[in-house]
Amino acid sequence: MTSDSTFEQIRKFFNIIGALSLFTHRFFMNVLKPPYEIKEISKHMYELGVKTFPIVSVTGVIIGVVLTLQSLPIMIKFGAEAFLPYMVTLSVIRELGPVLTALIFAGRVSSGIGAELGSMRVTEQIDAMEVSAIDPFRFLVVTRVIATTMILPLLTVYVDFLAIGGGFFASYISMNTTYDLYMSQVVEVVKFGDIIPGIGKTIVFGFIVGITGSFLGYTADKGTEGVGKASTTSVVYSSLLILIFDMILVQVALWLWPVN
Amino acid sequence: MAGKLVEVKDVYKSFGEQSVLAGVSLEVNETQNLVIFGKSGTGKSVLLKCMVGLLTPDKGTISINGIDVLNIPLKEMNELRKNIGFLFQGAALYDSMSVRENLAFPLIRNFNFTQKEVTQKVERALDMVSLSHAIDKMPSELSGGMRKRVGLARSIITEPMLMLYDEPTTGLDPITTKEISKLIRDLQQELKMTSIAVTHDLICAQIIADRVIVLNDGIILFEGDLATLTSLDDPFLKNFFSPEYLEDNYG
Repeated sequence: MTSDSTFEQIRKFFNIIGALSLFTHRFFMNVLKPPYEIKEISKHMYELGVKTFPIVSVTGVIIGVVLTLQSLPIMIKFGAEAFLPYMVTLSVIRELGPVLTALIFAGRVSSGIGAELGSMRVTEQIDAMEVSAIDPFRFLVVTRVIATTMILPLLTVYVDFLAIGGGFFASYISMNTTYDLYMSQVVEVVKFGDIIPGIGKTIVFGFIVGITGSFLGYTADKGTEGVGKASTTSVVYSSLLILIFDMILVQVALWLWPVN
Repeated sequence: MAGKLVEVKDVYKSFGEQSVLAGVSLEVNETQNLVIFGKSGTGKSVLLKCMVGLLTPDKGTISINGIDVLNIPLKEMNELRKNIGFLFQGAALYDSMSVRENLAFPLIRNFNFTQKEVTQKVERALDMVSLSHAIDKMPSELSGGMRKRVGLARSIITEPMLMLYDEPTTGLDPITTKEISKLIRDLQQELKMTSIAVTHDLICAQIIADRVIVLNDGIILFEGDLATLTSLDDPFLKNFFSPEYLEDNYG
């Protein structure tokens, strides 16, 4: 019984991934077709940015502070406390900043898109658009996916700065490190090969958040239950896909820009 | 004599094992108002959605204005859709847009009107449904009857040749039902539209129908005028229009 239900769940998961792949293919078939809906994309970017701004701000500072406070005793034990800014900066830029921002973005935005499009499906607003000779896929899905893909890298850069600032703050409180010393180490350590993979993968993560939320909302079943399901499963699937793609992209980044 | 605008031939539609339409054929002449009657779940809305390409029938043909809607590319279907108005059961107003934006949306997207022309058309359509004062309200601020009126205004703003109404009075009280039904009839007369309305509402049918079809279990049970229908001896139809049924549904 348990194995049946586990098997059924695995089958369902792969069914969704298959349908999501077809949905993604449809996105790429439509993304370059005019009209380009610049106004709608800007509107979504603004809304998504504003919606996520407070929570990622808090997250950014906390990442830097916690990482510093957790690492400091170990670094002191090995007499390597001078390398703390180096470690914090690289961890934030290469991994923690992009992944944590993406996961928070997924929780906030993917569920929102899933619920919004799901509700539009259930109340026949998407059908109304279609019978008005307006392509709802281009107007609702393509614009949202472009917006999430463009806004997440910007949010990540912002979070990276805040996390490094948080790291300095914790370091100043714990070891009385001066701003000039901390920042000189940060500037010294950060290389082009650290920034590009970190920011580059957030483009993929932003796309995952947008396409997963849109897919589950756009294809929601009838009824309010379908809307709730679209909202919650959007978070689960986009978070899972972010982690899976992170694993792949880390390997690709290390191959392209090896750590010296 | 007016020509045929809509022709549905032998249409079948199933969802999984469940057969919803089992060989439906009907015709609607220009400027005629057809009402499709039937219990809930008998495939009335499915038939309307097949006509505008939201659903694809398993079998059969549907032509509107001589165009076979089941065998045309999307681009041509969209050209045809510009001439069809569709009022959804829940009005389907776009939640994120104001009443003004809801009405202007199809005009801006599909036609090359100037801003001034769009504003004039929006104001005129709202005036026709007596809702000029609600132009800047959001859909969430409207009552059920107002939402239906705005939905109606949005559907007729492009002055379509064919209007499809999916349960236009469901969920409304008898007074509002009468008002909306009269409004539908008046607009049809003013704009000289052809219409198909699906409903299980006798009051609505009495006001707007030129001709009536009764759909049951996916087939047409009756076709004719409303007076004949209500006087028939068929047990199902008698039950459908019985005082108990009417009382249950209309109070």
